[in-house]
Amino acid sequence: MTIAEKKNRVIEPETLIGKRIAKMDAPEKASGRTRYIHDINLSGQLHGKILRSGRIHALIKSIDTSAAKALPGVHVVITAADIPDQRPIGVAKDHFPLKVGRVRSQRDEIAAVAAESEEIAEAALKLIKVEYEDLPVISDPEEAIKPGAALIHPEPHGADGSHEHLKQGMSIAHKGKPDNIAMRFDYAHGDVVQGEAESDVVVEDTFKLHYVTHCCMGVSGMIAEFDASGNLLMYSNTQVPFLHKREFAEYLNMDPARIRIIQPPIGGGFGSKLDIYPFEVICLYLARAAKRPVKMLFTREEEFLASPTRQPVLLTLRSGCKKDGTLTFRQVHTLHDNGAYTSWGATTPFVMMQTFSSLYRVPHCDYHTAAVYTNNPYAGSFRGYGNLQATFAIEQHMDMLAEAIGMDPLEFRMKNAQDAGEVSGQGMSFKSCGFKDCITTAATRSDFSRKFRENAANRKKPGNIKRGIGMASMLHVGGGAKIYPSDGCGTILKMDDFANVTLITGASEIGQGSETVLSQLVCEELGLPISAITVVNNDTAITPWDVGVHASRTTFIAGNSAIGAAKKAKSKILAVAAKKFECAEESLDLRGGFVIRGDSGEVVIELSKLLRNLHFQDKAELVMTTFYYEPPSVHQDKGFKGDVSAAYAWGTQVVEIELDTDTGFIKLVKVTGAHDVGRVLNRLGIEGQIEGGVVMGQGYAFTEDLIMENGIMKNPNFRDYKLVTAPEIPEMDIAFIESMDGEGPQGAKGVGEAPAICMAAAAANAIANATGVRMFELPFTPEKVYRAMHGQTPKLYWKPWRVE
Amino acid sequence: MSLKHDIEFTLNGVKRRATIDITMNALDMLREVIGLTGTKYGCGEGECGACTIQVDGVSLNSCLMFAVDCDGRNVTTIEGLANDGKGDALRDAFVEHGAVQCGFCTPGMMMQADHLLHKHEHPDEACVKRGLEGNLCRCTGYKKIVDAVVACGAAEATP
Repeated sequence: MTIAEKKNRVIEPETLIGKRIAKMDAPEKASGRTRYIHDINLSGQLHGKILRSGRIHALIKSIDTSAAKALPGVHVVITAADIPDQRPIGVAKDHFPLKVGRVRSQRDEIAAVAAESEEIAEAALKLIKVEYEDLPVISDPEEAIKPGAALIHPEPHGADGSHEHLKQGMSIAHKGKPDNIAMRFDYAHGDVVQGEAESDVVVEDTFKLHYVTHCCMGVSGMIAEFDASGNLLMYSNTQVPFLHKREFAEYLNMDPARIRIIQPPIGGGFGSKLDIYPFEVICLYLARAAKRPVKMLFTREEEFLASPTRQPVLLTLRSGCKKDGTLTFRQVHTLHDNGAYTSWGATTPFVMMQTFSSLYRVPHCDYHTAAVYTNNPYAGSFRGYGNLQATFAIEQHMDMLAEAIGMDPLEFRMKNAQDAGEVSGQGMSFKSCGFKDCITTAATRSDFSRKFRENAANRKKPGNIKRGIGMASMLHVGGGAKIYPSDGCGTILKMDDFANVTLITGASEIGQGSETVLSQLVCEELGLPISAITVVNNDTAITPWDVGVHASRTTFIAGNSAIGAAKKAKSKILAVAAKKFECAEESLDLRGGFVIRGDSGEVVIELSKLLRNLHFQDKAELVMTTFYYEPPSVHQDKGFKGDVSAAYAWGTQVVEIELDTDTGFIKLVKVTGAHDVGRVLNRLGIEGQIEGGVVMGQGYAFTEDLIMENGIMKNPNFRDYKLVTAPEIPEMDIAFIESMDGEGPQGAKGVGEAPAICMAAAAANAIANATGVRMFELPFTPEKVYRAMHGQTPKLYWKPWRVE
Repeated sequence: MSLKHDIEFTLNGVKRRATIDITMNALDMLREVIGLTGTKYGCGEGECGACTIQVDGVSLNSCLMFAVDCDGRNVTTIEGLANDGKGDALRDAFVEHGAVQCGFCTPGMMMQADHLLHKHEHPDEACVKRGLEGNLCRCTGYKKIVDAVVACGAAEATP
């Protein structure tokens, strides 16, 4: 039988791309059926709890756990002394899960208990007696960096608290640190001295960014169990299961092959689950000692105290331009409060320097960061990764420079915005670039220029309500980021004899909708409805390797991987069909669940029928493919230069406010956003990402503030740490710029972090537009705004810390 | 030793008994004694709304309610809502409008939205926003949740 002999119905072309596809796990979640880590209980399970430091900075003189051990129902009580093989954890390997000899912050872990119930575990913690000797608290990074400042990590000591096990090349946790500088970054391109000489206008200001934290609605948790053969099974909320498998193995001195991580659905990530934290390793110690499964869940207060934060930054920026509006240089010094230990927060300067060097054309750039140890909470990675802080400074200066030379802020930005094909001073190659489209689209849709002029003209008019409009743009990696040796993702795809697909991907789902987007991409290739797919994405024993959810990379990297696997399956299927129907493979296609003729859309055979034939013939064949995608990005060189991402995302947000000069209260009226996302894949999902990011950015700009006083967290609860609520959200008008990236899956680029980045910067510009007053310190709470409006805010100045 | 108390109440339309510690809150009873985990712990102090249930038709934070106070009452949780037609319509609206991301706040949002839709026949956007003020969400920015509830109310209004 040949195709020509059969007259069949015709399947019209359809696409899933750009459609509003409901999130696949939404029905279960909206029915309360989804089992998060909090909802999972294993038989024989014990409950773990951690005793945290009662002091901010102190020596531990003694710990007495005897009464806790004697409490009925208590199985295990551990301190550092019970775990002689503790290994240092964290990005700089500068602390032990259970603290040895010294506590350096309020959240520090002293001891842990595994007991029959949470209540018994908590009662046991109260029976542990600890004697401390208090030390002076260093809570100000400016103090910490001064010569002669008391040291946070002074004394060398072995893992058991003695000096005996010290060896050359040991970590900071073992040998200490002779100063309080956790990390330094120095970057330059061009010559800022020349840049300054060419400038007609130079501005310099200090900006101060505050502590905020992720506030995932689901608190942190973990379940760990060792089986009879010593294999470890973990239920974990990690965003990077494959990296953590290796790291946990190192901490336990075991073979990584014997560790399996299952990721139950997660109650929010936003970067918080990118590092391994002490509680996770402690949970493993407890399970190992108890020989029983141990479950550990935080309380909300603990979630505030012991979660990572966004890093507070003190930043002095010096920028210049010519009279014609050409940017000439940026010189930046920043001081990051690292907290007591080092997590990914210390590496956010990687991203910040990209923004300083490459958001707009910057001929000369000089950038210096020091992240310093203090007795504060330690900072981690958080959606936007330093970019909120950098953009806050840069975009205010863009307005200030424009004003200084008497140029319209929109025109000034357009003059310096890049086009596709440009390579930035840091070596970032903008193959697709919708930057100018973002600026003009956001400006046009918000009627920016007219409102900007009118608001400025209305400043002096009577009345306490002032309207303001402000603009900010952003640049972020949109095609992964080559930070680890590989940035790749693997896919396994199998088809059953009903033409259903199982997509087995290394990419984790953390609520962002990756499972739905990846399904869309696969179904698009295979001409199947979205209902024909099942996703497996949460078990390291099953799924192929992936570097994890971060850097807005999943759609781009895992998407390309899924497409690669689907293409292989498709060519396998078409080859079989071509042979069976005696025609060329190229003349066939897949559409609507059928093999069709590519030119006419005529049905050749139902796909499920073809697949069944395959299974039940002499040489049975199962359609199963694997694909591994590694993006064409490069590692930065020693000078931090290089094309670190396969694509870059752009965005512009315009913020409109009403500011009450009598109360300092700001109403966020409207946000108009234009985001270069490459291409919209799932319109429903991408709108949700942008809206959620805008409101997270709103919280950063206006309401959220983790208040630290001398190392003590004053507001570890939702009552006093103010998240944005439903009535406070602005009207949102979001436009998508489709620059069709050549490397992206169906042309798409990453978008996860982008929408949170511009809000605070645009809000600051809106305040200035409304009142003529510049605010350099976040958050814009009524009190801060009122003081600024009434001339009660002293001008911030941080003298840049010079590099020797 | 802690004191125990026997209570009898209606849970999701079914009469039942439970023996509970007198200091226990309704959230822990539902999750740990009865084993219904759709109601979530978010903060334990009535600030986030993840544990919202309905008691005699009124929405409450179950973390702030003593379990013994369920005695003789009619309690509905997300599991019960998911079993009636009105709950189905609300769930479908949440799904179609993209109101669910990580989903942790969703059961509480659904319970509060259902309560709102019982009190207001076809609430407008401002009414829904006000009604959901006590429920925190960190993923969605609320817009799609509000859209879902408004649309569900509008659909109910047109027979």
